[in-house]
Amino acid sequence: MSKEIKIKVCTGTGGMAAGGENVLSLFRNALLSAGIDATFSEKCSVDKVGCRGFCGMDLLVDVIVDGKKITYKYVKPEMVDRIVQEHIIRGNPVVEWMVEDDFYNFHKKQTKVVLSQCGEIDPEDINAYIEVGGYDSLKKVITSMTPEETISVIKNSGLRGRGGAGFPTGLKWEICHRKKSDKKYIICNADEGDPGAFMDRSVLEGNPHSVLEGLTIGAYSIGAEEGYVYIRAEYPLAVNRLRKAIEQSRQKGFIGNDILGKRFNFDIKIKLGAGAFVCGEETALIASIEGKRGMPRARPPFPVDSGLWGKPTVINNVETLANVPYIIKNGAEWFASFGTEKSKGTKVFALTGKVKNNGLIEVPLGITLREIIFDIGGGIEGEKMFKAVQTGGPSGGCIPAEFLDLEVDYESLAQVGSIMGSGGMVVLDETNCMVNTAKFFLEFTQAESCGKCTPCRVGTKRLLEILERITSGNGKEGDIELLEELSYYIKTSSLCGLGMTAPNPVLSTIKYFRDEYEAHIKDRRCPAVVCRDLITYSILEELCTGCGACKRACPADAIRGIRKKTHTIDTSLCIKCGTCFDVCKFKAIMKS
Amino acid sequence: MVTLTIDGKKVTVRKLSTVLDAIKKLNISIPTLCHHPDLTPFGGCRLCIVDIKGIARPTTACTTPVSEGMEVITTSPTLEKMRRTTLELLLSDHPDDCRVCERAGDCKLQELAYFYGIRENHFLGERRIYKKRDGNPFIERDMEKCILCGKCVRVCDEIEGVGAIDFAYRGFRTKICPPYDKDLDCEFCGQCVAVCPTGALTGKMWKQKGRQNLKEIDTICPYCGCGCNITLLIKRNDVIRVTSKPETINEGWLCVKGRFCYEFINSPERLTKPLIRVVPKESSAFSVQQTNPPFLSLSKELFREASWDEALNYIADRLKEIKEKYGPDSIAGLSSAKCTNEENYLFQKFIRAVIGTNNVDHCARY
Ligand SMILES: Cc1cc2nc3c(=O)[nH]c(=O)nc-3n(C[C@H](O)[C@H](O)[C@H](O)COP(=O)(O)O)c2cc1C
Ligand code: SF4
Ligand code: SF4
Ligand code: SF4
Repeated sequence: MSKEIKIKVCTGTGGMAAGGENVLSLFRNALLSAGIDATFSEKCSVDKVGCRGFCGMDLLVDVIVDGKKITYKYVKPEMVDRIVQEHIIRGNPVVEWMVEDDFYNFHKKQTKVVLSQCGEIDPEDINAYIEVGGYDSLKKVITSMTPEETISVIKNSGLRGRGGAGFPTGLKWEICHRKKSDKKYIICNADEGDPGAFMDRSVLEGNPHSVLEGLTIGAYSIGAEEGYVYIRAEYPLAVNRLRKAIEQSRQKGFIGNDILGKRFNFDIKIKLGAGAFVCGEETALIASIEGKRGMPRARPPFPVDSGLWGKPTVINNVETLANVPYIIKNGAEWFASFGTEKSKGTKVFALTGKVKNNGLIEVPLGITLREIIFDIGGGIEGEKMFKAVQTGGPSGGCIPAEFLDLEVDYESLAQVGSIMGSGGMVVLDETNCMVNTAKFFLEFTQAESCGKCTPCRVGTKRLLEILERITSGNGKEGDIELLEELSYYIKTSSLCGLGMTAPNPVLSTIKYFRDEYEAHIKDRRCPAVVCRDLITYSILEELCTGCGACKRACPADAIRGIRKKTHTIDTSLCIKCGTCFDVCKFKAIMKS
Repeated sequence: MVTLTIDGKKVTVRKLSTVLDAIKKLNISIPTLCHHPDLTPFGGCRLCIVDIKGIARPTTACTTPVSEGMEVITTSPTLEKMRRTTLELLLSDHPDDCRVCERAGDCKLQELAYFYGIRENHFLGERRIYKKRDGNPFIERDMEKCILCGKCVRVCDEIEGVGAIDFAYRGFRTKICPPYDKDLDCEFCGQCVAVCPTGALTGKMWKQKGRQNLKEIDTICPYCGCGCNITLLIKRNDVIRVTSKPETINEGWLCVKGRFCYEFINSPERLTKPLIRVVPKESSAFSVQQTNPPFLSLSKELFREASWDEALNYIADRLKEIKEKYGPDSIAGLSSAKCTNEENYLFQKFIRAVIGTNNVDHCARY
């Protein structure tokens, strides 16, 4: 039995939650007891790998026998034995547990650069990264390129910051490189505060060395000897892998003193963030590293002029930095061959919401929203109608169906009132109320405002209150105009990006779904039947069998009726919890 | 030097100035709440926004450095509308309390509301409600009135070097407080009270002592040789508050004694004439310490009033006697920080040269 066997178990955060560690050790034990002993171990490996994006199907396990890869989905501990027995020993894959077409469709339109090794290599082993060409770019840069040459490659590639604003990375490095200073810093922004976003986390968990390599190349280019990774403490796995990676990289001499025998010193520290969204904003992040409260300050001066401890500082996002080694390796032209005129390369998105295939995707910029949502995402869950897609995290806008063929890049998204942000993408269908959606996002930004400036601290609170009154049926004539007026005021007068973008969900939903706002205000009606205060529950006589299930389930004792007779709901007692709606097997409960 | 144009007027200022400095140099009025000339710019209240040619959005004058040829517009209907909205928002989260507020008439927020004529507020909504429960003896902290300008935080950190307070919490609930939201426990210099633009921070002792028709008397703090300039605020014949003006030698900053410890001035227990003990110490039933609190009632039995000449002669005679009998080292002198440097100099000279001992010290060493 001299087969070459490779087993790859997803141990990203999603995989871990689905029992990845346990399944991993079960595979090891099962293989050992099946007699595939140490003599085969060179050819037989059971690896933990990072997230491969399709978290909706976790736990995913690749079984590769002599190069032939079969992927299993929803793997549970009790399934391990059968996979080992039937597939590995007897050579008959367990067909019913294998992933189906949607798994392959999910990957078909993707182009993986940053994520290319995530889910393929063991993130806790530097040799695995080196085997696939890792740190070659760093070697190339340090041994054969000047900082100026490195910067010009990055500039020519057209790489723009993936943290949200899309500032050209090469230009940022160049400005900092030109600054004269006894000390400079480079910081990797791994704060990733957008709810639902896990792009940076997956890269750090799946391939931390690529980020470290990018950071070191950046440091070499601008002339920094000290770097920080600012990462939220809520990412324990990523922090852990990053720590290991830094240690291993130091041992191999990729960071530390006299890197690769050249006169270049660079070391990396980790700074844990406490989880405030605003600490992702660069000036707040710097304040936080300095030990102060994470509050933004006015720019200018920009961090490249006066950043950490007042020294010139470059801040780059995780994904931005993870692109760098690939650009150095494959050249600027290769990178620029993906994307649109002004937005080059690929972008990782966290595709969530009402799509069939939830998960992490990497696509070339310029792809249309339709391709993302319907080809990769597999369309809307439950064959419902697509209504809008919210991009860019909590401060992005909602883009309606008429723009489905929009080619995604920084400019086009901004044109339709949204943003690229860090790459959140929440798909909404006909059962989502747009006023409620705006309210949801505003609740987040309001709670996360640092409180420094009036428009954001008080203004967003008032916006939220107006939205609350509209969704609870107390909207007033003129509220839409008031929302618009206040939103423009907040956008133009806030200090930092948080306040400047917080009204986007409100403005974009008013722009594209004004009728929904009007229905709430004028008719006291929620067209998507979501806003609790505007819903009434009633029982349809012709469908009710009098089974009494609703009556037993109602926590407010609001349902009357005798067995086998039509039941009724006393609306004065009903607390609109929706329990009856969920328990009725005959669809006799009506929500209106 | 840098030359720029503000509202069509040219002005030349030093290189590191801000746009606000330049605006002030031209004597153009512009509202601010979070700005203080001695503290780092903050840019929080957003009232000093101006339009600068070449910059798309309005920018705060207080945080923007000047540059050559810059063209600044300080007022326009849009800017004024935004300022008005800012004020309305601040007032929408502020108690309607001017009637009983210590700072009414001396409050920047009230003054701006007056200038902008803000009566109705179309952003009324939830207001922060905080219980007042600060047990400290000096500073009344009414955080419902706080507009989060951050001046108190900066003054405590940058001027006082104490850092007793900071921003805490997030969003609408952001609040200035000591660590863990506990009672204030600090130097009590009251610098924060002095810079607070609203009635959020006031002196506990000022409460309901008067806001109008106060007489101001500039004088020097009696507590130490620094000689800080203070201004006494007087109602009828009582000192009801002490402040200090920014243009003074101490730039308006004081310490806890200068700012809050003025009660002695009107105290009936205050000594105004020399007293000479009449009952010998041994026969007195009270030790020195014990005589302190009930001083007034006991003093009549134990002491008699005397003239300055008599008292000084008496002291001189006794010192001479003691020196002759027991030698100069049996005498020690302890002088006070309330004296000037010159007085302290003379005092040690007197002890060393006249009495003839090195037993001399000063209260500030303890
Ligand atoms: C409220 C707010 C939150 C932000 N959060 C993040 C974040 O979590 N991660 C990030 O990389 N950038 C974030 N940014 C953007 C950063 O300020 C900064 O532009 C970015 O890190 C620069 O890196 P890049 O040029 O590589 O994109 C945030 C900005 C704002 C205004
Ligand atoms: S916009 Fe919001 S988050 Fe940004 S400085 Fe102002 S209050 Fe803080
Ligand atoms: S009284 Fe002085 S030390 Fe205390 S908080 Fe105010 S400024 Fe700081
Ligand atoms: S207490 Fe006064 S000085 Fe301090 S932030 Fe509030 S309003 Fe400003």
